[in-house]
This record gives sequence, C-alpha cells and structure tokens, in this order.
Amino acid sequence: MNLSPELLLPLKTREQIPQEDAVAGISYWKESFRRLRANRLALLGIALLGFLSLLAIFGPMLSSYTHYDMHLPLKNSPPSAQFIFGTDELGRDMFTRTCCGARISLFVGITAALLDLLIGVTVGSLAGCIGGKFDETVMRSVDIIYSIPHLLVVIMLMVIMGPGIITIIIALTFTGWIGMARIVRGQILQLKQLDFIRAAEALGASRTRILLRHLIPNAMGPILATMTLTIPTAIFAEAFLSFLGLGVQAPAASWGSMASTGIYAMRFYPWRLFVPATFISLTMLCFNLVGDGIRDAFDPRLRT
Amino acid sequence: MNRQLFSLLARKFILLVLSLYCVATLTFVLMHAIPGDPFMQEQAVPPEILKSMYRHYGMDDPMIVQYGRYLKNLLTWDLGPSFNYEGRTVNGIIAEGFPVSLALGCEALFLAIGSGLLLGSLSAAFRSGWQDHLAVVVSAIGISLPNFLIATLLQFFLAMKLALLPIARWESFAHTILPALAIAALPTAFIARLTRSSMIEVLQQDFILTARAKGLHMRQVIFRHVLRNALLPVVTYLGPLTASVITGSFVIEKIFAIPGLGHWFVSSVSGRDYTVILGVTVFYSMFLMTCVFFVDVIYCLIDPRIRLAGGRSRK
Repeated sequence: MNLSPELLLPLKTREQIPQEDAVAGISYWKESFRRLRANRLALLGIALLGFLSLLAIFGPMLSSYTHYDMHLPLKNSPPSAQFIFGTDELGRDMFTRTCCGARISLFVGITAALLDLLIGVTVGSLAGCIGGKFDETVMRSVDIIYSIPHLLVVIMLMVIMGPGIITIIIALTFTGWIGMARIVRGQILQLKQLDFIRAAEALGASRTRILLRHLIPNAMGPILATMTLTIPTAIFAEAFLSFLGLGVQAPAASWGSMASTGIYAMRFYPWRLFVPATFISLTMLCFNLVGDGIRDAFDPRLRT
Repeated sequence: MNRQLFSLLARKFILLVLSLYCVATLTFVLMHAIPGDPFMQEQAVPPEILKSMYRHYGMDDPMIVQYGRYLKNLLTWDLGPSFNYEGRTVNGIIAEGFPVSLALGCEALFLAIGSGLLLGSLSAAFRSGWQDHLAVVVSAIGISLPNFLIATLLQFFLAMKLALLPIARWESFAHTILPALAIAALPTAFIARLTRSSMIEVLQQDFILTARAKGLHMRQVIFRHVLRNALLPVVTYLGPLTASVITGSFVIEKIFAIPGLGHWFVSSVSGRDYTVILGVTVFYSMFLMTCVFFVDVIYCLIDPRIRLAGGRSRK
C-alpha cells in the first residue's frame, strides 16, 4: 500500500474532518410517509375514506329527504332518479339513511379508537416507564380483563345500559383499550433499552420529558397502526350489535340496523341489504388497507 | 418438564382461576345493577305476592348472602331458571343448545384452520403467483365482508339459485356446510394472513438457505423447516379464533335457523331474558378462557424458545 506523507499529518481544522452525519439525512417520519405514499392500496383506502367522510358530512344536507320521513306509497321502491338507493319498508330514503349510517359508523369508530388511544397509551406508558410492582399489578389486571371474551362483555354491558351510540362507545372502550396498552408497554420496554434513552438520561432529561419527547414519539408507528385497525373493529362491532337489535334505535339509522332489516327482504328488495352491506364492507376494507399500510410504513424492519 | 416451565403453567392456571372469579363477580354485579327486578310488571302485583316471590327466590337476603349463594350455585353449576320460558332452566338450555353449537363450531374451526393454513402457505411459497393473489382476495373478502352478508350471499347463490345445498335448518351434514363456511370466512382470512407473513419471515432466515444449499428440495424445506417454525404464531391465534367462531355463531345460527346456543343467546338478548343472558355469558366465558388456557399450555410445550430456555421468551 502506498501512503503519501500528507495523509499522516494531523487534521487541524474541523472542516477537514469528514462529516458522516450528513449522509443519514432522512428522518424516521419522512421516510415512513414516503413509503406510505408509495403504497397504492393504502392511498386508495385513504381516498375512499375521505370520500365517505364527505358523504357523511354533506350527504344529508344535499339530499332533499330526511332519514325519518316516510313515503308510504313509495315503500320498497328500487333505486331510481328520485331515490338513488331506493327506499326501505317504510318508504324512507335509503341514500339519506346510508349517509346518516356513515355518520354513526365513523363517529363510533373514531371516538372508540381515540378513547382507546387515550386510555391505552396512558396506562401502557405508565406501566412501561414506572415498571416494578406497579407494572406487575397493572399488567396482571390487564391480563385478566383481556382473557374475558370482549364481545360477550360488550353485549352484556349493552343489555344492562340499554341500547344507544354512547353505550356502544362506552362498552367498546371498556374492553378496547387493553390491546393498545399492551402494545404501548411492549414498545416502551423495548425502546427503554436503547442507547439514545441512556444518552438522554445522562444529559439530565427528566422522566416525563423522556416519556413524552422520546419514548411515545418513537412508539407512534405501532400506535397509529393499532388505532387504524381498531376503527374497523369498532364499526364491525356496532354493525353486529345493531344487527342483534342492541345498537342505535329507530328512527336513527346505522348500517348494521339497516342490514338487519334488509336481510329479510333480500329476495324481493335486494338493495335494502346490499346498499348498507356494501358500505360496511368497503369501509372495513379501506380501514384495513390503510392500517396495514401504516404498519408496514412504520416498521423499521422493512426500511430500505 | 423443567421447573420453570411448570411455574409458568402454574402462573397461567392461577390467572385462569382469577379471571373466572372476576367474570363471575362481574356478572353478579351487573345483574344487580339492572334497575327494577324480574317481577316488575305493567299491572301492579299485590305486595304480599311480591314478598313471597322474593322469599322464594331468596331476593330478600342481604347482598352478601346472595353473592355467596350465587358463587356456590356457580360452583355446583346451577345457573337458575329462565325468565321468559317458564319451567326451563339455563342449565337445560345450555345442555340443549351447546352440543349443536359445538358441532357447528368444530366444523368451522377445522375449515378455517385447514383452508387458512393451505392458502397462507401456498401464497408464501409462491409469492406473487396466482396462489398469492387468490389468498389476498380471499383474505380481503373474509376481513371486509360481515358474516351475515356472507351467509346471505351463500344462501342466495348456492342454496336458492343453484339449489346445491339446503338453505337453513339443522338436519343432515349438508345442512352444516353453508353455516360453517359463513362462520369460517373471517378466521380463514386471519389465519391465511398470519401464516403468510410468518412463513415469509422464516423463509428469509439463514437456516433455510443452509437447507437449500445442502441440496434439499424446496418441498422438503417447507414441510420440514418452514412450516414448523411458521406455525407458532398461528397457534397463538387459536384462542381468539375460538372466540371469533363463538361470536360468529350468534348471527349465523339466527340466519340459518339452527337451534344452537347462539340462537338462544340472541333471542334472549332481544327478549331481555336476563338469567339466560348472564348464564350463557358466564358459560361461554368459562369455556373460552379454558380453551385459551389450553392453547397457552400447548404453546409453551411446543415453542422451543420457552421449552429450552424455560423462561418467558420475551419480556
């Protein structure tokens, strides 16, 4: 090997030191969003969900009917220019009812997911951060609640609290936050081992600061993915409960309650089942696509 | 069996007993949180009759005595009478409905595990082949279509249009196929996805390359090495799978007019038959939790990381 003498001279100024940091420029978040944008299915899901939200917000305003007005002579009429999605057994406009159903489904899904997020992240991060006896106690109780079948508890709570949207949300949150708490705790326990947390501790950062500035933001990927996948579960549960007659009560319309009355008319008035069923299915599919997309985008193992 | 494994199982067992106790207590509390009592009717009942009814059902005792009696009844498996069906007990309803639900559930379970594993492993073995696309479509259908829709579609096309299978009722094996398919759709999708992703992860590991380098045929590699390792996450899903089959059967039994426990449960929910609701809930919870416990035991026994290390695999 041929070494020229000037290579052996000491570096005098800072400028001469090669700066390695400049190479790894893209942040975790930017990289994740780049990959989410590259995922066409997830983008399609986001677009459809955006359209659905617009429909939920503006649909009932655009429609010239309400979700409760009955047109008895026109009951069970098929989709036409007058009623885009047809009418139901009482002659109520299916389009307006579907939009109201979208409101209810999205409201239930998003509220339940946000409440799960709030409770789950708080409990999970406290358990992960404090550790010791506190962690042990909290996680054992979580294990116990987790082992109780969710939907049975939800049904039981609904029977006792009476049907309605708020009770659905309470009942779903009652069991729903546990999954989130477990995931957040697991993430925090893993992250706590990493060097940058040691570094932050060494620099004198307080525990609250470490939790809020370092641990939770770094666990955000799995948290977001879990949240996006909680929404369809909640929507599904609402449809299921409404199907059993425990959901929203007439004259309010939800996709589940519309499908449950539509199912008996399937042979003669198929649109009464297929309109709400299509909306449930599409929404479920979209949220699952978006949730999978977010999970993959934030998964450090899949980073290129 | 080493000591640490034993203590792990013992801890799980204690957790099971504690959870069972919690469910029992929760149901008791909820039952007494319901406003009013079973004898409240639209017509006023003379107070003397009410009083003797309360005495007959032990409802004038202090709460703690009732709680003790309730726990004792649970231990001796006596769930009390039904409110809506005179002369019927919750025990009798469970004894009548559960065997039907169990048969249907087992069929759906085998269907879901078999087809899910098949689809998932085919799609991982032939990535981006037609098998992979088929698996993606099937799991998208299973995950996004609600089971009542799948059931109705099956009834409409296979039973009504093509007249291949009976539409409803519970008589012969042919009657069980459509409901089992409808229940199995969602778990099949989950198992296929789970198998696919865990197989792909295993396929990327070094020992697979070693096995291939030794000259093993791909089929041998998959059966000998990949599947054995990839099945572990699927075993953990067996617990939630049982739950999904049970809750799936509520709606499906109603749609197919199957006289199973799910059907009873749904009609008692709409008829607000509290003792049946609570009794069936307790029964299903206990059944499920026991299943989950056994799944845990199996998992501990087959996972080499737990079996060999003897401790928790990850903390």
